[in-house]
Amino acid sequence: MNFLQYLINGISIGSVYAIIALGYTMVYGIAKMLNFAHGDVIMIGAYMSYCATNYLGLHPLVGLVIAMAVCTFLGITIEALAYRPLRGVPSLAVLITAIGVSYFLQNAAQLIWGSAPKNYTSIVSMEPLKIFGGGLVITGEVLITIAASIVIMLALTLFTGKTKMGKAMRAVSEDRDAAQLMGIPVNRTISATFAIGSALAALAGVLLCSTVPTLMPTTGSMPGIRAFTAAVLGGIGSIPGAMLGGILLGIIETLSKAYLSTQFSDAIVFTVLILVLLVKPSGLLGKTVQEKV
Amino acid sequence: MRKNLTRKHRSSNLKTFVLVTAAFIVMQLLSSMGMLKSSVKGQLIPICVYIVLAVSLNLVVGVSGELSLGHAGFMGVGAFTGVVVAASLRNMVGNDIVRLLIAMVCGGVMAGIAGGIIGIPVLRLQGDYLAIVTLAFGEILKNIIGNLYIGTDSSGLHFALDASNIHMEPAGKMILNGPMGTTGVEKIATFGVGFALIIFTLIVVLNLIHSKEGRAIMAIRDNRIAAESVGLNVFSFKIKAFVVSAFLAGTAGALYGLNYSAITASKFDFTTSINILVFVVLGGMGNIFGSVVSATLLYILPEMLRSLYDYRMIMYAIVLIVVMLFTWSPQAKNWIQLASNCGVMKRFLGQRKEAES
Repeated sequence: MNFLQYLINGISIGSVYAIIALGYTMVYGIAKMLNFAHGDVIMIGAYMSYCATNYLGLHPLVGLVIAMAVCTFLGITIEALAYRPLRGVPSLAVLITAIGVSYFLQNAAQLIWGSAPKNYTSIVSMEPLKIFGGGLVITGEVLITIAASIVIMLALTLFTGKTKMGKAMRAVSEDRDAAQLMGIPVNRTISATFAIGSALAALAGVLLCSTVPTLMPTTGSMPGIRAFTAAVLGGIGSIPGAMLGGILLGIIETLSKAYLSTQFSDAIVFTVLILVLLVKPSGLLGKTVQEKV
Repeated sequence: MRKNLTRKHRSSNLKTFVLVTAAFIVMQLLSSMGMLKSSVKGQLIPICVYIVLAVSLNLVVGVSGELSLGHAGFMGVGAFTGVVVAASLRNMVGNDIVRLLIAMVCGGVMAGIAGGIIGIPVLRLQGDYLAIVTLAFGEILKNIIGNLYIGTDSSGLHFALDASNIHMEPAGKMILNGPMGTTGVEKIATFGVGFALIIFTLIVVLNLIHSKEGRAIMAIRDNRIAAESVGLNVFSFKIKAFVVSAFLAGTAGALYGLNYSAITASKFDFTTSINILVFVVLGGMGNIFGSVVSATLLYILPEMLRSLYDYRMIMYAIVLIVVMLFTWSPQAKNWIQLASNCGVMKRFLGQRKEAES
C-alpha cells in the first residue's frame, strides 16, 4: 500500500514537471533555444497568484488567471526584448542571454518580495480522497495536478495538430526559412509559443506551490532544471515525450527517496537520465515522433 | 600564409602573457606598499582560480565546440581532493608551498580521472544532449561530494557515506563532513601560486591549441564529418581536450579550496558552472585572451557594483543581457562596424568572423 502511495505522489510531482517540460519542449522545438529563464517564470507565476489571493483577497481561481495572464505577457516581452534580436546567431549566445534573463527575474523577485520564503496556501480546497479504508490517501492537489497535466497534454496535441497556428508552429519548427517563404509569420508564431509556454509555467508554479508550500525567488530554478531533464529524457521537442519524461522523473525521484536513499536522489535521477541517453541518444520518444513542436 | 598565421598566434599569445604578468606585478607592488584594501586582496586568489577555470572551459566550449554545463563539478572534485591531501600531508611536508603544489596536482589528477570517466560516455552525444548530460554529471559529482565523510587519525584516512559509519579513533579529525563541507582548513593558497597556475594553464592550453592536436580538435569542431573522413579519430581528440580541461579545473579547484577555511559542496553547483560559461562566452569562444579579461572583469563587476547594495545583482543581469545583445545581434554588429573604427573593436569582430566561418 505504501508503494502505491509513493507511486501516486511521484506521478503528482511528475505531472508538475511534465507541465513545465511541455513549455520547455515547445520553445525548444520552435525557437531552437534552451530557455533557461523558464524556471523563473514559474516562480513569478506563483508570486503573482500569491499576491492576488493574499494581498488583494481575490478568489484563488481568479489569482490563477491573473498569474497566467501576467506570465503570458512576461513571456512575450522577454522574447521580444531579449531573444528576438538574437535570431539566427549561435545558440550558445542565446543561452547566455537566457541565463541573464533568469538572473534578472530572480533578483527582481528578491527586490520586490524579499528573499524570505513565503508560506503559500494551496489553491485547492478539495477533501482528500481516502481509499481502502484510509490506507491510501490522495489529496486534492494530487488529483488536480494529474488531471491538469493530462488535459493540457491533450489540448496541446490537438492544438498543434488541428489548428492553423499549430500547423504554423510545426512548419516553423521543421524549417524556419521555408516557413517564412511560405508566408508564415515566423515572429508571431514564436511569440505565440512563448505565450503558451509561459502561461503553462504560471499554472505549473501555482500547482507546484500548492504541493510544496514554500515560495522564494529561487523556487523555480530546481524544478526548472528537473523539467528540462524531463524534456530531454522524453525526447526534447516532442509533446508526449515531455509528458512521459516528466512523470517518469517524478516517479523515479519519489521512489528512490523512499526506498534507496534520500541524500542521493539527485544522483539517482541524473544517472537514469544518462543511462537512457546512452542507450537512446535522442530521448525516449525523440525519434519515433516525427512531427516536432 | 602559414607564416602569417604563426606570427599572429605568437603576438596574441605574447599579449596574453604580458598582460597577466603585468597585472601580477602591479598587484604585488600595490600589495607590498599596503595600498590594497583587504577586500581587494581577498579577491586576488579567486580571480586567479576563475581565470584558470574560464580558460580551461574555453578549451572544451570554444576550441572543441562542446557545450559543457558541469565544469564546477571538476572544480569541486579538485577542491575536496586538494583539501584532503593537504590535511593528510600536514605532518609529512613542512613547506606550505610544496604542500599546496602537491595538493593541486592531486586535485588535478582526480578531476582529470573524473573527466575521463565522464567523457567516455558523454562525448558520444552531441549538442544540447551533451549539455544536459554534463549538467547531470556536475550535479551527481556535487551530490556525492556533499554526502561524503572523510576523517583522518593515526591509522590513516577513513571514508564513509554516512556520518555513523566512519569508525574513527576518538582523537581523529574530520576533514570533510558531508553536507557541512570542510571546516578548519589551513589557508595555504597564495597569490603567487595562483599566478603561476595561470601561466601554466596558458602555456598548456595555447600550446595545445597551436599544436597538431589542437588543429585536429578545431577541425572536428568546424566539421565533424569532414574531419572524420580525412582520418581523424574524433572521439580520441575530443576526450583529450575534455580531460586536459578537467585536470586544469581540478588544480584551480584545489587552490580555491585551500583559500577558504570552510567550503561546502553546494558551492560547486550548476550556478557556478553557468558563471564560468558566461565568462567564456562573453570573452569570445576560442579566444583565450578574451577569457582571461572577461573572467577578471566579470568577477570584479559585482564587487564594483557593491555601492548599489540590493540592486547590484540585478544590474549584473542587465549588463549581461545588454552586452550579449550588443556583441551578438546582427543589427548591433552592423551598427558597431559603421560607428567605430577603433582597432581593438575591429580586431575583435574580425576574430569573431573568423571563428564563425
